[in-house]
Amino acid sequence: MRNTFIGAAIERREDLRFLRGRGQYVGDLAPNGLLHAVILRSAVAHGRIRAIDAAAALKIPGVHAVITAKDMPGGPPIIPMRLQPLPEFKPFEQPVIAADKVRYVGEPLAVVLADTAAIGEDALEAITVDIASLPAVTDRAGGESGDRLLFARAGSNVALRFRATRGDAAAAFAGAAYRRRERLRVQRHFGLTLEPRGVLAEWDSAQGRLRVFGAAKVPFFNRRILAAQIGLPEHAIDMIENDVGGGFGARGEFYPEDFLIPFAARHVGRPVKWIEDRRENLMAMNHAREAEADIEIACAADGTILGLRGQTFADMGAYMRTNGAVGARNVAQFMSGPYRIPAIDIETTLVMTNKTPVGTYRGPGRFEADFFRERLFDMAANELGIDRVEFRRRNLVAEGEMPYAIATIRPFEHQDELDSGDYRITLDRCLAECRWAEKVKLQGALIDGRYHGLALGCFIEGGAAGPKESARVALEDDGSIAVYMGSSAVGQGVETVFAQIAADALEVPIERIREVFHGSTGYVSDGYGAYHSRSVVMGGSALLDAAGKFRAALRAAAAKRLGCDEAAVKIADELVSAPDGRALPLKDFAGLAAEGAFLNKKHTYTYGAHAAHVAVDPKTGHVEIIDYVAVEDVGRIINPLTLNGQVIGSLVQGLGGVFLEHLIYDEHGQLLTGSLMDYRLPTASDFPNLRSIVLDMKPSPINPLGAKGAGEGGMIPAGGVIANAVANALAAFGVEPRELPLSPPRVWELLQGARMDDGE
Amino acid sequence: MTRFEVNGKAVEVAVEPRMTLADCLRDVLRLTGTHLGCEHGVCGACTVLVDGEAVRACLMLAVQAEGRRVTTVEGLSRDDALTPLQQAFRKHHALQCGFCTPGMITTAHALLTEEPDCDADRVREVLSGNICRCTGYIPIVEAVLEARGAYRGSGRAGSDGEGR
Repeated sequence: MRNTFIGAAIERREDLRFLRGRGQYVGDLAPNGLLHAVILRSAVAHGRIRAIDAAAALKIPGVHAVITAKDMPGGPPIIPMRLQPLPEFKPFEQPVIAADKVRYVGEPLAVVLADTAAIGEDALEAITVDIASLPAVTDRAGGESGDRLLFARAGSNVALRFRATRGDAAAAFAGAAYRRRERLRVQRHFGLTLEPRGVLAEWDSAQGRLRVFGAAKVPFFNRRILAAQIGLPEHAIDMIENDVGGGFGARGEFYPEDFLIPFAARHVGRPVKWIEDRRENLMAMNHAREAEADIEIACAADGTILGLRGQTFADMGAYMRTNGAVGARNVAQFMSGPYRIPAIDIETTLVMTNKTPVGTYRGPGRFEADFFRERLFDMAANELGIDRVEFRRRNLVAEGEMPYAIATIRPFEHQDELDSGDYRITLDRCLAECRWAEKVKLQGALIDGRYHGLALGCFIEGGAAGPKESARVALEDDGSIAVYMGSSAVGQGVETVFAQIAADALEVPIERIREVFHGSTGYVSDGYGAYHSRSVVMGGSALLDAAGKFRAALRAAAAKRLGCDEAAVKIADELVSAPDGRALPLKDFAGLAAEGAFLNKKHTYTYGAHAAHVAVDPKTGHVEIIDYVAVEDVGRIINPLTLNGQVIGSLVQGLGGVFLEHLIYDEHGQLLTGSLMDYRLPTASDFPNLRSIVLDMKPSPINPLGAKGAGEGGMIPAGGVIANAVANALAAFGVEPRELPLSPPRVWELLQGARMDDGE
Repeated sequence: MTRFEVNGKAVEVAVEPRMTLADCLRDVLRLTGTHLGCEHGVCGACTVLVDGEAVRACLMLAVQAEGRRVTTVEGLSRDDALTPLQQAFRKHHALQCGFCTPGMITTAHALLTEEPDCDADRVREVLSGNICRCTGYIPIVEAVLEARGAYRGSGRAGSDGEGR
């Protein structure tokens, strides 16, 4: 194995098509005979469906069909959970279309098929829906009280309570010199992708085959669900991944439309395409992040952390979706982050409400947990009179303690351990890069009418979810190599990084890697996709295996033809040669292929530290980031260009969640932020002063590449770091942000509140 | 019939009055490089040039294009190689999923054509009308600043669809 391309800032091969408008996203496809699907969604958050009358809609020229739950014999299929499919969650899973009850604004009621999307939208207006409204459950208190049940048969709006435990928390707290308890909250926001979701399905009745375009993230898993729901064998369905305009954890999970559109195509025997509009997207794509914590820390007088305990609450929305429990679980499991916390006891409550269901969003649960933990740490350190940096340094898990067991989750029965690393490396590097020692003088300073603040936080990012990934390497007729991956592309540049890994593993020039095919179900026998920062670690390791097998097969074939020992065959660039110098060109072996796999039950943990310097305008509540430094150690860097891109991109998304993005509902369960005028996203002028430093100091011991996941870390610590910097800037007023987002009105109100408390 | 010019070619389309220019480009003329991210004028993914000016194609009706000169991202590209602006985007990793990219390229092209000496603040101000969810914008700003040189003096960077 060479090390020529791995680690180099190779420009992306994907860019050549994207820059010239030649990408092909699902919305760009237009097969002959195409019908457009438009979805009628509930305008009521909670209610009983009495009637849906589509007669007038069907009279509109160009309208071909209106599909409702009544068209599905045996009732609409239920979407099963992909991750943590516990029996407790069963009663809360979502049907693909509402049949007798609606539970959130945006829930599908009917699918209109028309010649154009515009005619379909006309038809929506002509459908009469009669829903008897029920009072909506829109917050945690309403959910927990159980006065209004979303699911009568479940008997409760609490889907599950689980616990994260480590050591003996009761004993740790009983003997502690210092304790502090806080209530903290993160707002509902989500992994908005710029390309809205879309599905195009073609039913070939002669062949009995279904082709579904627009697959992303986990096409093989989704095929399994669809096959069971629609009554076809898996091999009769092709899931095809086109260019994908952003994933962020939200796109590519199995949504209602992933059944409805293939069903519709089979129903009418024509290709059917549905492209989400932005209003739909804001109410139909998985929401995320809405969580509360009531947590307490116990420390010795010297700042050594003894324990963490308390309760966290996650607002799940109306249904348990495919990965709905992940965020809530991660809040509890990763509350300890990179720190040595010997005793933990956290109970997490998953509450159902009449809002859009939740799923994962980049750094799921970790963004929330880091906000809770790092805020609590700064408050505790300040109260104890211990330097905030020293408090963290003292409590970081040391390299010699690896692998380090973190809290166990029950009833998931989920155990995990931190794999490797020296967490002080990134802390020290971050301090040096942001010139902490020099800048601490600015803490609380009023300069040109603004208060300056500093903060620093440490984090971990999980990667490498198992159980498996697959890869295949094939020699083409012209002697070039094609690589086929079970990993999916969601815009992160996998074609380039896999080409780098393949070229080094096969010891060929990178130009020889003609194309990297990925995502679609036809390329490898068993693929797992893109989530949990797993593509490089799992896909890359599978690719090493495939390349090794390919080279072995090539040696065996060459040995036969050259009449020499397999071990003596030399493969170099264009030629395969025997010890005596006789050689055959690589392309003579065209057709040779090998599939490899990587199996893994453990997780990698990238780690790092972020520091921020902010200036807060007391007159407006606006917070400007003067400088922000993100340092992380990813074990092994494949491409620094794309890696830094992941860090900065992720960080800006995180800052969107810190300052801007907020899905707001009223007491009737109506979404008040249904457009990009109301749901505010970061723009080019918001956060220009961000820096990323990536390191490859401590390779992961659990995969042959030594790589750890990347791509989520940039946003994980952002909430805690910024809120601590704001608290630091306004320390003279005793301002302690306990809730995100830190919008100008909220910061201004915090300051006004603090001034009133002071009797000003 | 609505007649206008797209990427240097005369086109004639029969469209409903309510059809947007973006839908016309994508669905009628099959120029799918122009992307739709919000359809309410916020995200900028659908930005095209109309008589050289950056315009949101989702907020303009196709019939309003009558007699105008429209340039899409396809019209700003060469077949053989990337333009200096596109090269700078690639070098600075100013794109990831590629969905906002056509709108960023058209917006930046319009800016640099008019103001080849613009500073970083001006680039940020103009690009703040385009949403990117992947890059965090910093590399996009760097790429646009780097491409300024190619727009200075008489040399126009890349084709903008004129005279083709």
